[in-house]
Amino acid sequence: MTAKNIWVFIEHTDGHIAEVSLELVGKARELADQVGTEVVGFLCGHNVEALAQDVIAHGADRVILAEHEELALYRTLPYARVAIEEIKKREPEIFLIGGTPNGRDFAPRVASAMRCGLTADCTDLQIGDYYVKKEDKTYKDLLFQIRPAFGGNLVATIVNPHTRPQMATVREGVMRKPAADAARKGVVEKITPTFDAKDLVLEVLSHQIRKSTINLKDAPVIVAGGAGVGTADEFALLRELANLLGGEVGASRAAVDSGLIEKVHQIGQTGTTVRPRLYVAAGISGAIQHRAGMDQSSKIIAINTDPNAPMFQIAHYRIVGDVGEVLPLIIKTLRERAMDQREAE
Amino acid sequence: MTDSRPINCVVLVKQVPDTHNVTGEVMSKDGTMNRGALPAIFNPEDLNALEMALEIKERTGGTVTVVTMGPPKAANILRDSLFRGADKVVLLTDRKFAGADTLATSYVLKCAVEKLGNYDLVLAGRQAIDGDTAQVGPQTAEKLGIPQITYAEQIIEITGDKITVQRALDHGSEIVRCTFPCLLTVVNTANTPRPANVRRQMERKLAAVPSEYAAIRTQWPDFESDEALDAYLTKHDLKIPVWSAEDIGATEGSIGLAGSPTQVHKVNFVVLESTESKTIPANAEGIAAMIAELVHEYIVG
Repeated sequence: MTAKNIWVFIEHTDGHIAEVSLELVGKARELADQVGTEVVGFLCGHNVEALAQDVIAHGADRVILAEHEELALYRTLPYARVAIEEIKKREPEIFLIGGTPNGRDFAPRVASAMRCGLTADCTDLQIGDYYVKKEDKTYKDLLFQIRPAFGGNLVATIVNPHTRPQMATVREGVMRKPAADAARKGVVEKITPTFDAKDLVLEVLSHQIRKSTINLKDAPVIVAGGAGVGTADEFALLRELANLLGGEVGASRAAVDSGLIEKVHQIGQTGTTVRPRLYVAAGISGAIQHRAGMDQSSKIIAINTDPNAPMFQIAHYRIVGDVGEVLPLIIKTLRERAMDQREAE
Repeated sequence: MTDSRPINCVVLVKQVPDTHNVTGEVMSKDGTMNRGALPAIFNPEDLNALEMALEIKERTGGTVTVVTMGPPKAANILRDSLFRGADKVVLLTDRKFAGADTLATSYVLKCAVEKLGNYDLVLAGRQAIDGDTAQVGPQTAEKLGIPQITYAEQIIEITGDKITVQRALDHGSEIVRCTFPCLLTVVNTANTPRPANVRRQMERKLAAVPSEYAAIRTQWPDFESDEALDAYLTKHDLKIPVWSAEDIGATEGSIGLAGSPTQVHKVNFVVLESTESKTIPANAEGIAAMIAELVHEYIVG
C-alpha cells in the first residue's frame, strides 16, 4: 500500500532551513488535509538532525532524514541519488521543491530520472479532478500546478495524470509561511545512504554566500524601476523616493538586464515575490512575470509614458508621464509635506 | 590556466519569441498576446553558452557543434551560430517532436548528442525566455548519465580530464571541479557574445536546410533546380543536416506530446483589474491629491 504522501524538499544553509521550504511545508499541509494524507519533509545533510523538529513544527507529519558527510553541501548527484532511491521505495504522490538555485538544479534531475512531470515556478497549487476525454476517465485529486505561461498574459494550469510523483517548484515568498507549533509531534526516520565513486565526481572547491544587504520581502514600501528608467540618474531618483518612504528599491527583469541595478533587486516570477503596503512601479510595462511578484501589494502606483502599459490594469493610481518628471514631483511633494509638519509642531 | 587536450563542445540552443520586448501594443485588450508582433530570436543565454564554447575552443582546440530542436525556420539561429564561429550545426525537426514538454525535449536532445558522439562538454543557456523553466539542461544531463554544472559563469581551469567552473548563485558563488564529460548551463553574466564574423557570414550565407531551397533559388536564379543547389551546398559543406526522430533513433512514446507527462489542463487569459483605480494627472496638484489620500489611508506616514 502506498501512502500517497506529499513531500517537501527541505533546503538549508548554515543550520537554517530556507524560508521557501517552510512555506512549502505550510502549503503541503493545506493540500494534505484536503485529501487526508501525510506531509513528509525530505531532508539531506550532515549533522542536521536538529532541523527535523522545525520541519514538523511547521506542519510535517514525518521527516526522512538522510545523514552523510557527503551531503554536507548541496551537490546534484548525491542529493538526487538519495531522493530517487527513496521515491522509488516510498512512491510519494507529490513532491514540492523551492525554486532556489539548488532547487532548480535538483528538481529536473530527479524528474528526469523518474520520467515524471515537473512544472517550474508555480504561483499557486490546488487539488482538483481532471477528466481525460481520450480515456473517458477522471483522475481524482490531482495536483493543479498553476503558473504564468508563454512569456505573457496567460496563466496555465498544468497536471500530470499519468506519472508520479507530481513535481513542482515554487519561488520563495509565493506561499505564506505557517506559524511554528513547537508542541507538534511527528516521526523522524533516519536513513544512512551509500554512494559510489560516480556520485562524487564533482567537488566543491569553494562556496561563498554573501548576506543580502537588501530585504525586499519585509519592506513596507517598494519603489521599483523598469525599462522606462533609462539612466543611472533616474535610478538615483528611485533610491531617493525609497529612502523618503522608508522602503527599498526594486526592479523588473528588463532593468536588471540593462545593468543599471543588481539582480538581488529583481521582483517577479524569477525574482523576489513581495507584498508591500505601497508599490511604486516606475517605467515598468507590467509583463505577467513581474506582476506575479507584486500584484498582492496593498496599493500600486504606476508611472508610464505608454497609456496601454499592462501595469495600469492593476494599478490603483495611474500616472501617464515620464519617470524623470513624475518622480521629482512626488519627491518634492513629500518633502514639502514633511517641512509643513515640522513647522506645525 | 589551460593544459588540455582539444575539448569537443556540443551547444544546445533554442529559437524563442522575444518575450522581453512585450509592450502594450503586443497585448490585446482581452489580455491575449499578439504573437505575430513578437520576433523570433536566438535565446539570449544560449548565445552565452555558444560564446563560452567558442572561448574554450580558442583555448584548447576542438570543435563546436550547435544543435537545436525546432521548426525548419529555427535554421536561422543555426546560420547565426555558423557566422559566430560554430564548426557544425544540426537541426532536429520532425512533426512528431511537436508538443514536447521539457522531459520529451531533453530526451530528443540526448538522442542527438549521443548520435554526434565524441563530446567532452555539452553547453546550454541556463533557461529559455519563453518558459523560464531551466529544466532542459539538467534533464538532458541526467538522460546522458553525465554530471551537470548549472549557472556556470566562468571557466577557471581546463585540464585533460577535469574542468573547474565558477557558478553564480543567488547571493554568492561556488567553484566546482568535475570530470569530463559533463553538461554546463550558462548564465548571462558569463560573457558578452561575439557578433557574427563578417567574413564567415559572407562565406556561409547560403547555408540552408532543404525546406529553404525554394526561397534561396528565387534569390539566386542561377541554381536551376533544388538538386543543383543541393549539390552545390553539399560540395561546399553548407547543407545544414536535418535529423528526424528516426534519424536519432528516438522512441515514439518518449517524444512529442506522447512523451510529455505534463498536460495543460486549462489556460486563462487574465486581465487583472484593480478594484478601484484612478488616473492621476502628471502635475503637482494631481500628485499632491494622491499623496494626501495615501496619507489619509495610512499607506504613507
